[in-house]
Amino acid sequence: MVPLWWYIALGVVLFVIGAAGVLLRRNILIVLMSLELLLNSVNINFIAFAHYYDDFRGRIFAIFVIAITAAEVAVALGILVALVRNKATLKVDEVTIMKG
Amino acid sequence: MVAALVLVLARNPVHSALALMACFVQISAIFVLLEAPLLAVIQIFVYVGAIMVLFLFVIMMLDVRKATLERFLPHSNLPAFALLALLGVEMLVLVLSSDRFSLPAPEAGARTGGEIRELSTTLFSDYLLPFEVVSVILLVALVGAIVLARKEPD
Repeated sequence: MVPLWWYIALGVVLFVIGAAGVLLRRNILIVLMSLELLLNSVNINFIAFAHYYDDFRGRIFAIFVIAITAAEVAVALGILVALVRNKATLKVDEVTIMKG
Repeated sequence: MVAALVLVLARNPVHSALALMACFVQISAIFVLLEAPLLAVIQIFVYVGAIMVLFLFVIMMLDVRKATLERFLPHSNLPAFALLALLGVEMLVLVLSSDRFSLPAPEAGARTGGEIRELSTTLFSDYLLPFEVVSVILLVALVGAIVLARKEPD
């Protein structure tokens, strides 16, 4: 069987790739997709620990993370549609409406 | 992992959405490997079924062809790269140097039948309040998304 640190390392790599997408990309859609990737790496960690320590709570928290992710994506894409209707841009740099 | 790299590196958002879908399917395979088939099915339904359709629909609604010119932040991305490399190396070193993470796998098939029943019993007894809170959050997000995406009444 695969030892636990293999899954943890996979979660780390996915987290770093997702964080790179959030920090470095300029397209709002790809930033949102990278957020999904971050939450999925956290889910891998939850379920790996739940399996190896033989505990249910990791799986339950993973279910909660999935539900909250669905809510977040719905709200974020709604905001995105409203933003594009007003500003007609998809780049993060050009959204400076709230700048003081 | 390759699919995740394609996600971040692809120039076209449709390509990165497809890469994200491939990544979700592989993560669901990992869940099956970790003996959590219920979570794998939920992953396929929610992510590949719902979230990817939502993303592709929004990509279709917005005209993305003119917004896909720039790939990365054009200037001063060196601190972000350094921070990310530091974060990744630190986490990997911490994971690999600790011996708490090298415990062997439990017995395969030690707990097969009644697993979903046990999980749902725990979910609806000990975690009933978070469950209800999550359902209220989902309802609020639904209403909020409808209100945000609606056209302004004149």
